[in-house]
Amino acid sequence: MIPVSYFFGLSIVLFVLGIIAFFIKRDLITMFMAIEVMLNAANLAFIALAKAAGSPAGQVIVFFIITVAAAEAAVGLAIILLVFRQKKSIKAEDMRLLKG
Amino acid sequence: MFWLIPLIPGASAFILAVFGKWLPKKYVSWQACLSVFASFGISLVSFFGLLKVPPGSLPVIKTLFSWIQSGSFNADLSLQLDPLSSIMTLVVTGVGFLIHVYSVGYMAHDKGYKRYFTYLNLFTFAMLILVMGANLVLMFVGWEGVGLCSYLLIGFWFEKHSAANAGKKAFIVNRIGDAAFILGIFFIFLIVGSGDFRAITGALEGGAVTQGMATLIALLLFAGATGKSAQIPLYVWLPDAMEGPTPVSALIHAATMVTAGVYMVSRMNLLFTLSGVAGQVVGIVGALTAIFAATMALTQNDIKRVLAYSTISQIGYMFIGCGVGAYAAGMFHLFTHAFFKSLLFLAAGSVMHALSGELDMRKMGGLRKYLPLTYPTFLVGAIAIAGVPFLSGFFSKDAILTHAYAQGQYFIWALGLMGAVLTAFYMFRLVFLTFFGQERLDPHAKEHLHESPRVMTVPLVVLAFFSIVAGYVGLPVVLGKKANLFSRFLDPVIHPGHEAHLNISAEWLLILISVAVALCGIYIAYVFYLKSPRTPHRIVARFPMLYKLLYNKYYVDEIYNAAIVRPLVNGSQTVYDNFDLKVIDGTIDGAAAATGFAGKVLSLFQSGLIKDYGLVLLLGVVVFLGYLLF
Repeated sequence: MIPVSYFFGLSIVLFVLGIIAFFIKRDLITMFMAIEVMLNAANLAFIALAKAAGSPAGQVIVFFIITVAAAEAAVGLAIILLVFRQKKSIKAEDMRLLKG
Repeated sequence: MFWLIPLIPGASAFILAVFGKWLPKKYVSWQACLSVFASFGISLVSFFGLLKVPPGSLPVIKTLFSWIQSGSFNADLSLQLDPLSSIMTLVVTGVGFLIHVYSVGYMAHDKGYKRYFTYLNLFTFAMLILVMGANLVLMFVGWEGVGLCSYLLIGFWFEKHSAANAGKKAFIVNRIGDAAFILGIFFIFLIVGSGDFRAITGALEGGAVTQGMATLIALLLFAGATGKSAQIPLYVWLPDAMEGPTPVSALIHAATMVTAGVYMVSRMNLLFTLSGVAGQVVGIVGALTAIFAATMALTQNDIKRVLAYSTISQIGYMFIGCGVGAYAAGMFHLFTHAFFKSLLFLAAGSVMHALSGELDMRKMGGLRKYLPLTYPTFLVGAIAIAGVPFLSGFFSKDAILTHAYAQGQYFIWALGLMGAVLTAFYMFRLVFLTFFGQERLDPHAKEHLHESPRVMTVPLVVLAFFSIVAGYVGLPVVLGKKANLFSRFLDPVIHPGHEAHLNISAEWLLILISVAVALCGIYIAYVFYLKSPRTPHRIVARFPMLYKLLYNKYYVDEIYNAAIVRPLVNGSQTVYDNFDLKVIDGTIDGAAAATGFAGKVLSLFQSGLIKDYGLVLLLGVVVFLGYLLF
């Protein structure tokens, strides 16, 4: 039996990697992937705790999260696609419409 | 039923104002005239009804509804009819009807025809409210209403700069008087606790008002009257008011509105009698105005301006009557004056009409044979106002002067007598310059020279008839105590002060003096302007300073301009420059600038870069976690 703290360690490492990737990468697709990594890091922590607690409810919720995340990924990719059509670029710096 | 008297013209004004755009012109004329005529009919019926009412149950009051109720402050919308109101309603609707008819002809080609009749009906309504209001508040509503209509009608041809300015002048000068007037009303409310005329009379008779207080209130009310009735020092607006259409000058600025002050003083006669001092002030102001305005009329060349100064002077006579306690005589002069002065104005309007709008007497002369109806009617008016015996003006003016003499007010009497000479002189100067002598017409105007249409001349004839006979309701006392029907009719309203009686020979002597004075004035005018027309020039050459002073109307307008108007305008400009622009605008602009600056600073955080937002989010989470954990 692998201790829960190992899962946590992996989850934290994945999460931090996601954050770092989000901040250092410039194109939207990579940033989006970084977000997905963070999400799945959270999922990992969640499912590890569910297993440790022996609660099937936690695992069921994770399935839901994955489903919603799939929908969200589709929406996110669609947005990125439209951004590309508008700007001919997927660089984050090119999207500064909200600059005050 | 008498409460319908003001409501009919009011309803007519409302219909014309709202639906006038879609109504045919002919219908507008009929409705406007007939509504006033209906009022006149009801006034007449009410008048005869009033004769049968025993004096004890006067005034007849009709309360339409309770209007203002606020704590102890109460005012009903109630109309009253008593001899004083009855006479006023007869004058307003009777003369008003004739002037409405005359206007149909006079204004026929004006593009503001419907607007004109709306205002004229509205004026009739407001004036009737003024004279029939049973409390001071309602009277004040009418008082302001006629002021408004006066403003609208003076500035009727507002495209003309001078007309718009004259309207403004009338309105602003009246405001000064009205401020004092409303203060007087406040004082009455303070002391009597009600504005109802019966309550005021009761309080005055019961001795609830001290003499000092009565003087204060009476003087404040009289200050309002000097504005509305164009007395010294607030008379300056009336000559300028001649910018309005001539029938308006006849109706508002001669026959009815400007006499509202006299009506008000007569209505409050108990107050003025109680005060004593205030009555004296009224008499002296009236006498000074009578002679002051008469001298100004001597040198004017504008036919309507001469009549305007004459109106000021004649209202001065009415105030002499009120001031010496002869309220009935003052009201009597108001009554006769309404006929002959509106006749003179309308006839002058007919002359203008004939000469394509010419007003300058120097460009008239010899019009007698061209205007076969205007000339005799104008002459009747002139004779009546000059005070020639057997016409109405003689009886009323003589009644006032006799009373002034009988009360021992010799100074006022002498001023009035001098004014009478001047009146006869300037009126006949007007007649001789306009209708006699050689023609000095503009050749262009002469081509169109024509007598006015019948719709204008018939009112002239009717008014001329009344200018002759109206005096016979108030015969002098020498002909018997019962001869003066007018005064006896007013008895229930006029509270007798101390009556002074002259013996018969003295009265006859006074009558002889006034007749002599009137004829003397006419004769001087005859010598000056017909017999040897060079005389005026010689006199002008002899006293150039005096002539210039009179010609420029004592420079009163200039003095007012320099002493009041200019400092006020300059002061306002200074306040505008320093306070409005700097303090008020500075505060508002400063608030706007501060908001803008704050926005600019805060917008620096809005980089638009998603990473920056992410970073802030991350920092927030870190700080929050740190707070939770440690």
